[in-house]
Amino acid sequence: MLEIQNIRKSFGSLEVLRGVDLTVEKGDVAAIIGPSGSGKTTLLRCMNLLERAGSGTMIFDGERFDLSRVSGKDAVRLRQKTAFVFQSYNLFRNKTALENVTEGLIVARKMPKTQAEEIARRALQKVGMLDRADHYPHQLSGGQQQRVAIARAIAPDPEIIYFDEPTSALDPELTGEVLSVMRQLAEDGMTMVVVTHEMGFARNVSSRVVFMEDGGIVESGTPQELFEHPRQPRTQTFLQTVRGPAGKTMEV
Amino acid sequence: MSSRLLHILVDSFPKILIPGLTVTIPLTAISFTLAMVIAIAMALVQFANVRGLKQLARFYIWIFRGTPLLVQLFVVFYGLPDLGIRMEPFPAAVLVFALNEGAYCAETVRAALEAVPEGQLEAGYCVGMTWGQTMGRIILPQAMRMAFPPLSNSLIAMVKDTSLAANITVVEMFRAAEQINATVYEPLALYIEVGLIYLLFSTVLTWVQRAGERKLGAYETQEV
Repeated sequence: MLEIQNIRKSFGSLEVLRGVDLTVEKGDVAAIIGPSGSGKTTLLRCMNLLERAGSGTMIFDGERFDLSRVSGKDAVRLRQKTAFVFQSYNLFRNKTALENVTEGLIVARKMPKTQAEEIARRALQKVGMLDRADHYPHQLSGGQQQRVAIARAIAPDPEIIYFDEPTSALDPELTGEVLSVMRQLAEDGMTMVVVTHEMGFARNVSSRVVFMEDGGIVESGTPQELFEHPRQPRTQTFLQTVRGPAGKTMEV
Repeated sequence: MSSRLLHILVDSFPKILIPGLTVTIPLTAISFTLAMVIAIAMALVQFANVRGLKQLARFYIWIFRGTPLLVQLFVVFYGLPDLGIRMEPFPAAVLVFALNEGAYCAETVRAALEAVPEGQLEAGYCVGMTWGQTMGRIILPQAMRMAFPPLSNSLIAMVKDTSLAANITVVEMFRAAEQINATVYEPLALYIEVGLIYLLFSTVLTWVQRAGERKLGAYETQEV
């Protein structure tokens, strides 16, 4: 469904992505893990054209794009097939929870308001936020804001959802509510690419795990392959670091 | 207070207030509305980094913030006729006030636009909106909410600055007071009287500002 070939990106003299290839099939839940500064977030942002890659090709639904020069028009068209969940939620601060969800439907997709609100209410219900539909973002907790952001992402029925460290800004007791919503989406067959530090999620929910370091993919495979039998020494080192001495991963 | 002075004050009150209502207020309202249009346009071309237009905006702001309002009024009303451009006093005043205020407010609006977190624009892109749609529905409304108190400040300042239009023969409140003074010669009483009427106008605007801020306060701006 989605294929990335040889994507490169530099910020000044700093090379953040050194030729990354990635394939995502329909229904995949790909977890991208790796140390801070490994280029995970940049990869995700390049895929949704929030950053312009230095070079690289993306094939989306059989359509080929040169990531270094996607036109503004193509970018809007591509983004209407995808959704993005940010680490810092980025809910529209001047819109209620419901309006946050309807905005993309009404403005970008020209959907009639009543239909958009019906879809938005279903999406909010799905993430357990229907009772807060009329609240503004500042009236919601971080976990609640992120659930509204997920409702905003699923409402247009995108082909793929990108998650950029969706629980990293949350207090530990609030990550569970967001992860369980994401788990539900995965079970429903949503195609997802998730940059995450939650090893429990990567291990128990994803269908594929990609380990990145220093702007490149070191190793990828099923959660079992990667967590039980990592082949690369760098993967082994990383997993030891995040597991800690007890050798356990948090359950989700 | 002598009964003559009291009589002059009572008698002059409507003669000053009426030009206030029919000239000072329309002059302020029309000029400020135009100034807002100019300010938003100038702020947007800078924010969007439109080459050419951005430099033009900087040049315009440089000129109109860098020279006295009174000088600008004189150049337009007394100077431009030398080039064959003749204007009635009122439109000349509107033109100058709008351009002058627009230059200041453009900076206020630009600062407010830059204060909206980058993530708001990115979120707009990610729900499939274009730059223009995101600006119009997400960024500008938030920026204008933040800019509301300083813009109200500018509006209140402008009400008082319109008294400078007296210098180009616009019979607004201050010139009306001057004309009465020319016949009765009570400068202290009459100028205090006109000052109090300006104070009244400003006070009403301050109330309007408070009410406006309450209404706009439906959502708070928070850093995330």
